[in-house]
Amino acid sequence: MKKEEVPQDDANMLEGKFKVVKYALNENGEYVKVPSVGWEPENVALGQAWDVINERVEDARQQVLSGKLSPLAFHMEKNMMDEALLAKHMGLPARKVKRHLDPKEFEALDEATLLHYADALLTTVEELKRVPDAPSRAISSDQA
Amino acid sequence: MRFRDQDEAMAELDRVLDKGLPVGMLTSVFYLPYLPQAFRFHFNAHNIVVFGRKGDEYLVSDPVMDGTTTIHRRALVRARFAKGTPDTNGRMYYPTAVLTKADLKAAAIKGLKRTARDMSNVPLPMFGVKGMPYLAKKLRQYETKLGERRAKLYLGNIIRMQEEIGTGGAGFRFMFAAFLQEAAGLLNKPELNEHAKEMTRIGDQWREFAFEAGRMCKGRPEPGSTYGTLADKLEAIGRAEKVLFKQLAKLPL
Repeated sequence: MKKEEVPQDDANMLEGKFKVVKYALNENGEYVKVPSVGWEPENVALGQAWDVINERVEDARQQVLSGKLSPLAFHMEKNMMDEALLAKHMGLPARKVKRHLDPKEFEALDEATLLHYADALLTTVEELKRVPDAPSRAISSDQA
Repeated sequence: MRFRDQDEAMAELDRVLDKGLPVGMLTSVFYLPYLPQAFRFHFNAHNIVVFGRKGDEYLVSDPVMDGTTTIHRRALVRARFAKGTPDTNGRMYYPTAVLTKADLKAAAIKGLKRTARDMSNVPLPMFGVKGMPYLAKKLRQYETKLGERRAKLYLGNIIRMQEEIGTGGAGFRFMFAAFLQEAAGLLNKPELNEHAKEMTRIGDQWREFAFEAGRMCKGRPEPGSTYGTLADKLEAIGRAEKVLFKQLAKLPL
């Protein structure tokens, strides 16, 4: 790949936070590092991976709204976790976390457990007990 | 070293930083707020360097970024103690001595030989140059085995593994070609420049593969492009790499 062929297809994947380095040839055939803001095939692949995750989040939200699952299911998906990973963060067996996805079991949880869940899922106890009114996307931690 | 206790892990980090030493550590990218959202998966094998501290803000050099950044103590604790594969366990490491004069020639030869050997000789079907035909075989069956939607997702994953930040393009091939070029000068072995050129040609083929794959994922394949033709491309790349790494393994250095 020549220096001037390094793609600059910006899909805001990097949010302007930095550029990625690609290795390419200069006019003398020597390798140089060239900053890039992105490449279409990468953007497509990353975009479709996030679509799947966001569909899971929305699916969980709908199931909470229809009373099939507890809000914990939504917050778990939002953190891109499954029962096993959340259980590890909680120091609980996965089957217990699974049980807490049942609305009735979730209702019965004590404040300390809720606080522990909220901390593991980067949210507050208040938020943990509900789901947003509008479709939501998976996020990573914004808590500093 | 690794830690069970978070406070202990941070105290040890502060202690080493106070001595003026940079500290490498294992983190999960999910818990690194300075990274763009799109890259924050639960990937727990990301190494960063912390090289200083201003109160609760730690100064970070992250290999995926072209500059330095900062992270708050609370966020760093989460990143250092993420659960998953693997648990990060506060793992950290730092230099206790720095060589004043490194033997780059010996290092270049060792690195080259090691890479050539690993690419040619690992006795497992999915490693090294054998990995390409292995993957090509799977790729041929994607559509029939997985259905159209999941086939596209799997294909997209190949693109990501090949091109995502840190690879320098074409799944480290361009970076390796740059290394060969540098080694040619360092070791005074001009023939390595020819190998660098061949590695570049192969890298270009990887890029063509990713481009064609990207069109497929988008549902707008190039005329005549199928999972079969993509697999053909991968096999051709595998054959070319097999030849190249064999030559490199045999080089008298």
